[in-house]
Amino acid sequence: MSPPGSSRVVRLSVNGEPRETIVAENETLLEVLRERLRLTGTKHGCELGECGACTVLVDGDQKLSCLLLATEVEGAAIVTVEGLASGPDLHPLQDAFMELGASQCGYCTAGMLMSAKALLDENDEPTEGEIRDALSGNVCRCTGYASIVDAVGVAAARLRGER
Amino acid sequence: MSAGPEAWAGRRLGAGPGGDDEPGAAFRVVGKALPRVDGVQKVTGATIYADDIELPGMLACVLLRSPHPHARIRSVDATAARSLPGVTAVLTSEDLPIRFGPLPISQDEEVLASAKVRYVGDPVAAVAARDEPTARAACKLIEVDYEVLATVGSIEEALEVPVDEPIHGDTEIGNIHRFVALEFGDVDEGFALADHVREDVLFYEGSNHLAMEEHSATAVFAGDQLTLWSSTQAPHNVHRVLSKVLELPMGHVRVVATPHGGGFGGKVDPFAHEVAVAKLAMVTGRPVKCTLTREEVFYNHRGRHPVLMWVRTGATRDGKITAMHFRTALDGGAYASLGVATTHYTGALQTATYAIPAYRFEGARVFTNKATCGPKRGHGVPQPRFGLEIHLDKLADDLAIDPVVLRQQNFVKPYTRTVNGLRITSSGLEEVTEKVVAASAFRRRPRPVGHGQGFAVSAYLCGAGFPMYLNRMPHSEVNLKVDRGGVTVFCGATDIGQGSDTVLATLVAEELGLARGDVRVVTADTGLTPVDLGSYSSRVTFMAGNAAIDAARKMRAILVDAVASRGGQPGAAVRVGDGGIGEVSFEEAVALAEEARGTISTSGSYAPPKGISGRFRGSGVGPSPAFTFTAAVVDLDADPLTGEVRVNKVFVAHDIGRILNPVLVRGQVDGSVYMALGEALMEEQSYRKGLHHHPSVLEYKTPLALDMPAIETILVETIDPEGPYGAKEVGQGPMLPVVPAVVSAIHDALGVWIDEVPVTPDKVLRALDQRAKGGEGRVGPRRFPDIPYPPCTKVSPDAATASL
Ligand code: FES
Ligand code: FES
Repeated sequence: MSPPGSSRVVRLSVNGEPRETIVAENETLLEVLRERLRLTGTKHGCELGECGACTVLVDGDQKLSCLLLATEVEGAAIVTVEGLASGPDLHPLQDAFMELGASQCGYCTAGMLMSAKALLDENDEPTEGEIRDALSGNVCRCTGYASIVDAVGVAAARLRGER
Repeated sequence: MSAGPEAWAGRRLGAGPGGDDEPGAAFRVVGKALPRVDGVQKVTGATIYADDIELPGMLACVLLRSPHPHARIRSVDATAARSLPGVTAVLTSEDLPIRFGPLPISQDEEVLASAKVRYVGDPVAAVAARDEPTARAACKLIEVDYEVLATVGSIEEALEVPVDEPIHGDTEIGNIHRFVALEFGDVDEGFALADHVREDVLFYEGSNHLAMEEHSATAVFAGDQLTLWSSTQAPHNVHRVLSKVLELPMGHVRVVATPHGGGFGGKVDPFAHEVAVAKLAMVTGRPVKCTLTREEVFYNHRGRHPVLMWVRTGATRDGKITAMHFRTALDGGAYASLGVATTHYTGALQTATYAIPAYRFEGARVFTNKATCGPKRGHGVPQPRFGLEIHLDKLADDLAIDPVVLRQQNFVKPYTRTVNGLRITSSGLEEVTEKVVAASAFRRRPRPVGHGQGFAVSAYLCGAGFPMYLNRMPHSEVNLKVDRGGVTVFCGATDIGQGSDTVLATLVAEELGLARGDVRVVTADTGLTPVDLGSYSSRVTFMAGNAAIDAARKMRAILVDAVASRGGQPGAAVRVGDGGIGEVSFEEAVALAEEARGTISTSGSYAPPKGISGRFRGSGVGPSPAFTFTAAVVDLDADPLTGEVRVNKVFVAHDIGRILNPVLVRGQVDGSVYMALGEALMEEQSYRKGLHHHPSVLEYKTPLALDMPAIETILVETIDPEGPYGAKEVGQGPMLPVVPAVVSAIHDALGVWIDEVPVTPDKVLRALDQRAKGGEGRVGPRRFPDIPYPPCTKVSPDAATASL
């Protein structure tokens, strides 16, 4: 995309699908997801690693896609918000976000969901403090975080088969 | 002064479906905790926000912005930029000579600056290129010859004689943009009646909305039709501005507000980038998009005005207010924006909570070489509310009266008119106060040093009573289409995340006896939807909601009539509900009506009733068809060693009229409390010599998930006689009392007054240090500057209460 710098082909697995795309050396994973692969569910609020809106999973780890070059994640398995539901069935986190109003304008939601997913993959019974900690890199200006924290707790309980 | 609800003009819509006034009319959809109508798209990433739009052949637009706070432009040379490969067009001021602004009286903005720049970030040129990096590279090639002028960096500097020249050429006195000077009742006499008079000076710092979505707009020009998709809160405003600046008839311009990534007032004004992409689309014949960077959003701003306040109140020994004199000075930044309204708002609602028998307000907004301030959640009200509530706490201290009791003694009663002419109708002020005090056990337990509780109340509008430009047309309009294809509501209202689409679907479903999912909503598209003035002043539920009910009741009557005439029964015998009309299903009823009348559609509209304001110059800002009332108690710990404040819990009681959807209501209350805590303790849009201190998400401090306390919300339903099913607003009111309650709680905890927000740890420590050295233990502005306010317009009680 940018005039200087060379381009090359990068292979990624995105939401379980193998993808191959030409990228510039200086292109971020965020740009590749949104602009080359047209997966616009992942958002940006700064492109400087400061807001968390662009959070995705890279080989299972919570990462800010605006801080990674696409070339750095060659071969990695990326999961974005588009990869959370299975067909029409929402992930329990998505269900809980919806029910509890944890997504208002929804702009932080993709990042929040991916941070929450990374947490629940590691810890299936997080305390409120652990949830708040896991989401502390994601800025939300609408909700005051309360409904988001509640939703993650509810989803965790459901994933454990409790509710 | 008090009268029953019936005495108040205004259209009475009835509390239940179909205008049913029976108590306990059962609701099917209203009040249910249903998820928002766009919930699935939002949690799956399917929602298409403004910057997600990608059109074939689309060009990227970048604006070249001023690096200087204040400078004359000697010349702009874009030759080199134009010849850079990949650049399609470069615009400068000659291409867009017509000025604009959100209010008719303040058309002071240029899309691209011609003769001078007035803040860091003022747009000078616009480039369209094949991609953003190319457009940025082209911007670097544009040569602008600036003659740098002295920077006006503060209210104080703006009040001095300009060093070089005033920021704007048309101000009468230096850099003073606007004065307001009004007096209601006999203020001198009021002070003469007082046993005690107190004065305070306070300051409220400015802040940015920091909506997570950066502004973005995309334009297409085809044939003679312009279409703009933009993350705007008020597509109608943008529509009018595009028509004016581009000299296109309104009917040739379509503005679509895309799903919003947060507004909070930051996307109410029309912006240069919206006009620039439209013009570039016209010039190039290709789609053009501009998405601002986060840094540019800080320069675009239109955020909270920094306000310096002086307040003087007289009271009797037992705490009855006899007179109040309130002065404000607003740092407006570079342009007018909605600042005239903001200035009025800093003086308009003090009287909505306290029955002040004589009131004088003097306000002044000044221009400075900083990003333009405008409307942010609460628009001009949080600052004076903070000042007033802290001042009353101190007055209560002086008089040795409990701060809650002092306030209660002066509360405005429901169904009264204030001294400045505001019509007050339903009010839960007494009740929210009692409930929040009880829930928090306010100051009833012994508190160790460092632990404190603060209390405050507030009032807010359910929509501005007057439009931004003078006209007598409705404020909100709805079309309702019902046919064999389904039910669709069309309305210009803009869902900025608050859930207004959900509210519209809820109200129409309730009226027509349908499930909410059976009602489709199409909003905020000036090409398809009738006019709604926009998402500001907490107007949408009240105004668009009433318009929707109006349209739905007309539709209901048509369907009932079709069913009744088939069965030969009177319409009154036909029951509507549970997906049926009388004996037949809803679909059958629609078919009957379509058979009988052809296409059926109804429309509804809402305009505030007459008589909600006084009749004097300036009476247009402040009145509203209804007000909400909120009380809050903040419980916190303040560390005397570090100055850090840890909020434990916020109790909020809010008079909401009626709860239409508890999920949405919670979101608005939580979000309001959150934003208030940010402004009370952290957020500041501050500058050094015209340069923004920290235009980034990292350095512009906001509360994160770890910082937020528990919130206990108490909702009081007063069932407003004119609200949609009695509902009032909840998006802004609940933030207002929280800021002063934080400051009051810090005083309760440590005995020091921090008379300016945000209260950062260094201010707390300075106040403690000062007190330890025998000082007063106060941090805040020392004095209020001498401002050459004009003589007050004395508004007689008759004019204040005369109906317009
Ligand atoms: S866009 Fe990546 S952290 Fe903000
Ligand atoms: S829901 Fe709007 S920013 Fe989080």
